[in-house]
Amino acid sequence: MPSLLEVSDLVKHFKSVQAVNGVSFSVERGSCFGLLGPNGAGKTTTIEIMEGIKAPTGGSVLYKGEPLAARFRHEAGIMFQSTALQEFITVRETLQMFAQLYSKTLPIESLIETCVLQEFLDRDTRQLSGGQRQRLLLAIALINDPEIVFLDEPTTGLDPQSRHNFWNLINDIREQGKTIILTTHYMEEAYTLCNTIAIMDHGRIIAQGTPKELLAAHFSDVVLQLPLEGLPAHFAGLPFETVINRDAVEILSHDVNATIQELLQHGIDLKYLQIRNRTLEDLFLEITGKELRH
Amino acid sequence: MSWARIWAIFKARNMEFVRDRSAMGWNFAFPALIVAGFAFAFSGKPLDMYKVGVLQTTGAKPDLVFFKTDYIKFIPQRDREEAIIAVERHQLDMLIDTDNRRFWINQSSPKGYILERVLYGTLAQLETYTRATVTGREVRYVDWVVPGVLAMNMMFSALFGIGFVIVRYRKNGVLKRLKATPLTAFEFLTAQVMSRLWLIMLVAVLVFIGTDYFIDFTMHGAYLDLFIIFTLGSLCMISLSLLVAARVRNEELAGGLLNLISWPMMFLSGVWFSNEGIHPLLQKVAQALPLTHLLDASRAIMIDGSNLAGVSSQLFILLIMTAVFMLMGAMSFKWE
Repeated sequence: MPSLLEVSDLVKHFKSVQAVNGVSFSVERGSCFGLLGPNGAGKTTTIEIMEGIKAPTGGSVLYKGEPLAARFRHEAGIMFQSTALQEFITVRETLQMFAQLYSKTLPIESLIETCVLQEFLDRDTRQLSGGQRQRLLLAIALINDPEIVFLDEPTTGLDPQSRHNFWNLINDIREQGKTIILTTHYMEEAYTLCNTIAIMDHGRIIAQGTPKELLAAHFSDVVLQLPLEGLPAHFAGLPFETVINRDAVEILSHDVNATIQELLQHGIDLKYLQIRNRTLEDLFLEITGKELRH
Repeated sequence: MSWARIWAIFKARNMEFVRDRSAMGWNFAFPALIVAGFAFAFSGKPLDMYKVGVLQTTGAKPDLVFFKTDYIKFIPQRDREEAIIAVERHQLDMLIDTDNRRFWINQSSPKGYILERVLYGTLAQLETYTRATVTGREVRYVDWVVPGVLAMNMMFSALFGIGFVIVRYRKNGVLKRLKATPLTAFEFLTAQVMSRLWLIMLVAVLVFIGTDYFIDFTMHGAYLDLFIIFTLGSLCMISLSLLVAARVRNEELAGGLLNLISWPMMFLSGVWFSNEGIHPLLQKVAQALPLTHLLDASRAIMIDGSNLAGVSSQLFILLIMTAVFMLMGAMSFKWE
């Protein structure tokens, strides 16, 4: 697939802080590109430079092979991490106002249906819940029928149900052939929605690829999980590579059968044993060395 | 430039203003309450003190018995024309020219009549004084203060209504969201200026009509001339506010800056009292303030019956100030 957006050697300094330090990647047309990283990694600065909101200190962003220009504003849809809307205005009036800012727009009624806004159309924007607000902001981002949609942590702060509903909306948008650039803290979100992922830390990209490629490149083991409670004292002396995860011990194994056999030989009770594959969260922790902070 | 985009932002801002009942109510109530307060305060019977202007162009006041009368305040006058106008407006009850042995009173002033009788009774050489009469309605303090209050309300509404809103928009991210659309800074600012201007003028017209109904203040000039002056004055204040709000992203700082501008204007530009008596240096400072020129022009039209040609210097200064503030504000404007 051809690239819609090309980011080359992007650099951004804020006084003494180097927020983005030589970031390069390309986003294919029709794909969902995920930018992951801990707080302060440079995700939002990178995405805002790509959106044309911030000017880079160095490097370039090309949209359809050209620097960002007036056309980009008409063809891009943007949902910021936090946005206030004009007060004392209803959801419908907000949509109408934003529609008037573009030359080409989707019918408002179809947006209302897509983003499920029917129930609170005549409500003041100040009186929306977190999930309703995010759906309205998504509708605003889609109002100009954009070719490329930027979503900066769109589900942060939402309850699990609202988050899953929102993922369905993003999947619908992706199926319409739109290109999506997404930043998120949620690895499950990135795994579910993104074709390509770039993990950032300290202003640099430290891993990039499809979720499966990244997992395959970094892990060849699986995780056997046992509750800490009830483990015999001699477990600590066994030759396993282990990680303590809250109230469980995780055994990293390249041969599940052999590991299980060894555990049984040493009289370990496997009644509560769980086996799982490595996840993006494991990868994230491994390569950034940081815990996720939501 | 797209008028559709300007219209969209203009409409949204108007809806915000109109639906914010507390802010809108205050915009109407504030000037009306002040004028009503002054009308009430000055509605009582004034102190029975007679005021006589004494024209002295050639030397000391002659030793007349009339000048020794109690309860009469004798006020030296230098300019004859101005002093006659003061008699017309009942600011002086009589004007006496001892050099030319002449006096003026207002035909409709009972005090003028009494003073004439007192003068007749105290002068030995009565026949040498020529009596002259003028006509004119009394200019009360409330007539003088009404243009001040209206202009002050315009100033506050323009400075805080534009400056605060833009800084708030910048702080909470509304501006950032709008920047992500095809809307240009020029279109956004035009919409803000238009929205605030028409709201200020609407409030001014309604307060003007309402206040006039209850107080019946002096209006000698043309309404259209006054409307033009008020429009230009408001535009000038709005432009000044745009300049203040061009980059600031902190409401406290914006509030401080706007207070720093508005309070000197309120006290130096002559809202409550004439600035003729203040220190010459402060008078020069007042000339740099747009409210001074707006007030001078509106009082000239309302009280003196002047026209646009008569206030052309104030018009010109306001135009220049508007252009400079607007240009600097637009050039230094930042979305974030």
